[in-house]
Amino acid sequence: MTPELLAELTAARAAKRPVVMATRLPGGEQMLLPAEGVDAELAAAAQRALDRDESGTVKIGNADWFLHAYNPPMRLIVVGAVHISQALVPMAAQMGLSVVVVDPRRSFATEERFPNVTIMTDWTDEAIEALAPDVRTAVVTLTHDPKLDDPALDIALKSPAFYIGSLGSRRTHARRLDRLREMGHSEETLARIKGPVGLDIGAVTAPEIALSILAEFVAARRNAKLFAREAKAG
Amino acid sequence: MSDSQDILSLATAWRSAGEQVAIATVTETWGSSPRPAGSQLAVTVSGKMAGSVSGGCIEGAVAEAAMKTIANGVPQLLDFGITDERAWEVGLACGGKLKVFVEKLA
Repeated sequence: MTPELLAELTAARAAKRPVVMATRLPGGEQMLLPAEGVDAELAAAAQRALDRDESGTVKIGNADWFLHAYNPPMRLIVVGAVHISQALVPMAAQMGLSVVVVDPRRSFATEERFPNVTIMTDWTDEAIEALAPDVRTAVVTLTHDPKLDDPALDIALKSPAFYIGSLGSRRTHARRLDRLREMGHSEETLARIKGPVGLDIGAVTAPEIALSILAEFVAARRNAKLFAREAKAG
Repeated sequence: MSDSQDILSLATAWRSAGEQVAIATVTETWGSSPRPAGSQLAVTVSGKMAGSVSGGCIEGAVAEAAMKTIANGVPQLLDFGITDERAWEVGLACGGKLKVFVEKLA
């Protein structure tokens, strides 16, 4: 990799711009895509690699190209600067996720409790709106306080976030769904919320609950069979 | 994937610190290869190593090949695990098959 290409790639990543490093095999001729004047078939293959978030080798004409997809990190928005979040945030960072903690209660949302992570203390609906969740964003609400969780869920449900989870017992969750229904959300929309949040692994402690949430996050992003089964059963 | 991005950052940092660095990237896999295409291993002449291209089976062979690429600047496309028997020989116990592209970080 030439210093110029490495600099371009580094700049794209810093700007959170999705790019593909295309390497012709076996010779090693390289270019960063998207770029002007590139073969249309190669450009389309690069876009597919980004959409699927999957690197691989493709044949374009007679040439083999390795397409290395560099998508910006997936985002995890955690609503509630609570104890479970303190376990969840470092584990999510370890997974390479870009994490934001949202909590208007400044006594909870402190740098001391959440070092090295972006903290937003706006009201939760305003924060989620500003963060504009996309298809590579997960939103998890952990306050189990309706006045903080509900507005966040209301906005998250209007976004294409690929994973939305909400902490609370089955009863708490049923009441939460009632309130969101009253806010005008359809059953189909409400079914997007994973509640109670996390895979049912019998988690008890804060790190265990964090693990169950991240396990469910992974299952959702990787389309794990587990979800297919769940969808069938439901 | 973000973990391969981290390897690249680390390799870049090593390069900036004056190390001679090669990056190996999985370009294609068949069967039960442990790491997907895009997985990276960075190695230096001084013996630093980060990341992985398998579950630890072929890293030694890849690192050796990387020294050659660092020395002559010519990239290589390595094949591992053509058959199950051979997979055992080169250390791919899983019986998977993969290609690894090795390049120098200029």
